[in-house]
Amino acid sequence: MTLMPTQPEIPNASDRQFAVAERECAVISNDAVNAEYRMLVLSAPPVFTAAQPGQFFHLLCPRGGGEAPFFRRPMSVYRVDPDKGEVAFLYKVTGAGTESMAALRPGDGFNILGPLGIGFDLPDGIRHVLLLARGVGLATLAPLAQVVAARPDVRATAIFSARKPEFLMSVDYMAAHGVDVVGVTDSEGTSAVDRVESLMRDLLAGGNGVPPVDAIYTCGSNRLMRLAQKLAAERGIFGQVAMEQQMACGLGMCFCCVRDFNVGGDIVHRRVCCEGPVFDLQEAVSW
Amino acid sequence: MVDLSTTIGSLSLANPVMPASGTFSDELAQVIDLDRIGACVIKTITREFRAGNPTPRVAETGGGMLNSIGIPSKGLGDFLDRIVPVYRRIQAPLIASVSANTTADFAALCRDVSVDGVEAIEVNISCPNLEADGHAFAMRPDLTEEVITEIRKATTLPIWAKLTPNTGDIAGVARAAEAGGADAVVVANTILGMSIDLTTFRPSLGSGMGGFSGPAVKPILLRMAYQCSRAVSIPVIGCGGISTASDALEYIVAGCSAIQVGTATFVHPTAMITVLEGLEAFCRERGLARLMDIRGAVGAVGETAGDLPAQPVPAEAV
Repeated sequence: MTLMPTQPEIPNASDRQFAVAERECAVISNDAVNAEYRMLVLSAPPVFTAAQPGQFFHLLCPRGGGEAPFFRRPMSVYRVDPDKGEVAFLYKVTGAGTESMAALRPGDGFNILGPLGIGFDLPDGIRHVLLLARGVGLATLAPLAQVVAARPDVRATAIFSARKPEFLMSVDYMAAHGVDVVGVTDSEGTSAVDRVESLMRDLLAGGNGVPPVDAIYTCGSNRLMRLAQKLAAERGIFGQVAMEQQMACGLGMCFCCVRDFNVGGDIVHRRVCCEGPVFDLQEAVSW
Repeated sequence: MVDLSTTIGSLSLANPVMPASGTFSDELAQVIDLDRIGACVIKTITREFRAGNPTPRVAETGGGMLNSIGIPSKGLGDFLDRIVPVYRRIQAPLIASVSANTTADFAALCRDVSVDGVEAIEVNISCPNLEADGHAFAMRPDLTEEVITEIRKATTLPIWAKLTPNTGDIAGVARAAEAGGADAVVVANTILGMSIDLTTFRPSLGSGMGGFSGPAVKPILLRMAYQCSRAVSIPVIGCGGISTASDALEYIVAGCSAIQVGTATFVHPTAMITVLEGLEAFCRERGLARLMDIRGAVGAVGETAGDLPAQPVPAEAV
């Protein structure tokens, strides 16, 4: 048997453009934004900066102190900047995956897969959207600010809920995109559901030249989702919720991430990764 | 040009790389070119609708995963009306995967999926989640031979029997599948396992036990594929912990005619393409014109290895 020339001539993947890619990205920055949350900014190719609000990436978390987490971790995209070629994630260290992410330094490589899932929909004719989020749910709704800013006919108000005022993130970012932000917090006693309901009822009524809220987007709180469902149903307005679930593949192959949804009275399973993570507000089932 | 082709009975494949059932669907076409893989083995279907198991359906372990997905299936109608047409557009042959709870139901379902567009049927006689306490046909040679014999009467398509590692006699089960008329054996499905959440003292999986897969299981499944390849003369398709071309090559050298990549695709959806390109690179490096020339080249204990093809390869080449 003769040894052939060692010049590898592996055919390149076809020129076909894939909507989803797996790539190693360079870390630009990875800094704390407050005592609990950090923001990771990556250098990203166009396939990644094409991510739409509500879509997510599947992150291959590096080896931390112990063994590397075996699966990727899904995380909604916080911000994309196609001009600078950047994607950003806002996250809280809660387990082995995010702990190892927190150790990433500028220049490190980080393998991500995406963009994945179905993002938010802003139907034509909507005049005033309400963003309703708690905790890290803010990160998922934040990219809607860019969408709203590009639509001068759409007004946006955000009610963001957190344990303490210092954990209310993105307020400046949202304000810069023309979103009126109302912060409510546990420590100030303003975040109870009945208080939020009162705020929402005022916004749903409109007045003083402000059109009534006619679309609600929510993420990050079961209680706020139920409140949004109730008020949106009363008014018969459009609503969407971004859901979470443990995932393995992130693409729809494994059927790990199913949740129950109420579709016309029938409880059906849907895969959060590819049939969501953004779902119709009224079809979502409390968790 | 390296010849990566292989044959599984009457079926010729452009290359030996295919997905393991349950870890693949046409959604993967968002990330890779499905025309490049050797075959498309799709998720197991049952005749009737099945909702699947309660969540959590997967748990990660050191170097692998546990799953108890529970074969959610939209049923035979969805397979015939929706799935088969989707795969007509893909070059790689469509391999149906089916499961049923009785021999008669297995045979009838195999008859009903034997339609134009399906090139072979992988019969999942091994899924540990389906039967009480993890039992399955392929845990026993007699049950395996009986079910394969009845399936053989019901279809003219090639039958691939997917075996379970949850048996004490994998070679005996493989021989039983061959005796029943199987065209190939797939070795193997997941290993029954469990893990416990120490915050709740409950099993990590919603259904208690589940199938263990991933890189950690490779030595066990490789050993079983080797034993089966020695025991039968029909092709053996290796499956278990294959993430890289090196893993695939071990299975081929052990005697396998093709390999299935499963859990690795959940972590790297490009895994099958990486394996495929690695196999081609290996052949180039080693001067192999045909990958299948090294099938079964493993030297038995006590034998001389004989003439190895060319020289050892630097690790990074594979």
